[in-house]
Amino acid sequence: MTALPERLIYLDNAATSWPKPPEVAAAMTDFLERTGANPGRSGHRLSIESARILYETRELVAQFFNAPDPQRVVFGLNVTEALNLALHGFLQPGEHIITSSMEHNSMMRPLRRLEEQGIEVTVVSCSPQGFLDLADVEAAIRPNTVLLAINHASNVTGTLLPIDQIGHIARIHNLLLLTDEAQTAGAYPVDMQADCIDLLAFTGHKSLYGPMGTGGLIIGERVDIQRMTPLKQGGTGSRSERETQPEFAPDRYESGTPNAVGLAGLGASIRWLQQRGIEQIRAHEVALCQHLLGGLSAIPGVTIYGPLDAECQTATVSFNIEHMSPSEVGLRLDDEFGLLCRVGLHCAPAAHRTLGTFPEGTVRFGLGVFNTHEDVDAAIDAIRQLSGKKVI
Amino acid sequence: MNEAYAVILVPSTSYAIQIERLLQGSGILCKLIPVPRQLSSDCGVCVRIDRQTSGDALKLIQAAQIDFEGMHEI
Repeated sequence: MTALPERLIYLDNAATSWPKPPEVAAAMTDFLERTGANPGRSGHRLSIESARILYETRELVAQFFNAPDPQRVVFGLNVTEALNLALHGFLQPGEHIITSSMEHNSMMRPLRRLEEQGIEVTVVSCSPQGFLDLADVEAAIRPNTVLLAINHASNVTGTLLPIDQIGHIARIHNLLLLTDEAQTAGAYPVDMQADCIDLLAFTGHKSLYGPMGTGGLIIGERVDIQRMTPLKQGGTGSRSERETQPEFAPDRYESGTPNAVGLAGLGASIRWLQQRGIEQIRAHEVALCQHLLGGLSAIPGVTIYGPLDAECQTATVSFNIEHMSPSEVGLRLDDEFGLLCRVGLHCAPAAHRTLGTFPEGTVRFGLGVFNTHEDVDAAIDAIRQLSGKKVI
Repeated sequence: MNEAYAVILVPSTSYAIQIERLLQGSGILCKLIPVPRQLSSDCGVCVRIDRQTSGDALKLIQAAQIDFEGMHEI
């Protein structure tokens, strides 16, 4: 067995950020040790304190995305659950939805399922760099179109889409805009009101630096709560005299005991992000990404996908080494260099078809706020060594 | 606080806490308590305030456009 490298370089932040700010674990430990009770179920002091922590996180999320009403921040497990709630809850047979060809399966799979139930789906093709032509979006609008559903940034190439401009198109045509903020929330400024977002799906475990199992859907004021059905029904601690689901948010969509300990951690991570400042985080990641792009593009035999411009993408870079499969690269980076990344299709077959990298996929480096220029140097050096060792 | 209270009934605990934060921010004392049985059979909580502050509390809640289901003297 080969000796493991002493230092791990974690470049899988696009899947899950790690490490987390120490405040996150502290808040979760504190919750488990001192609060612990079921929020919103019982009237005793620990239950109320638990509900207070949950509400504070709700308010922090609303502030963070400039959402008008914290009661319309609906918590769930992750973006996947949030997108499922929005798509299954909102769309009705005979209606038409427009999405992009750079989407993750968290968008594509619910849409393909809905297609079987009579929803019409148009997938607008993006360029090989992942860019979306807004004229194509407008051209796809039909009389029965009700929703534009788009990821803010690709999880494969990091390509940023102009959500604010897409939002304006939605307003002009009286459509709603659903955004998948999995890759952007915490890494890039998102303003629900300025960007004209009606349904915002976010996850806590990526660039918000919270724990896994936290996330949710923020429902804007243009969305009729009565029209949008919940994914599940059950106990909410409210309207307990009735056997039917409450009609108001957030309870309508939050049945069952929530991940309160996780949400305590998410609250701590958002406070940490607010203190650090999203502009500063973005500047750090742009610098790291530019460094990585520059280093990788100078290595013969390396092909980088996406915008190749740190300003036009999140700090996620996809590439391949000539004559080496992504899975082999990933294994060797882990074994020989202690460098952890993600390889393959990244749950986004449509995006890889758009890039021309289907079915093999790519090697993906996802940088995060705790990465340094030394990490990037080490990553570039590892790829240089691997590409030099290739067997043709 | 004297013994004369009013309670504000809310759709759920989340709203009770929203109101609690609003009132505390304006210096109005309040306490979250289980909903008195004579008002509702719901298992949730409500916001108890001093009756003397009920007028001010009501104005604040209405100005903040927080959903609530009524105020009752107890």
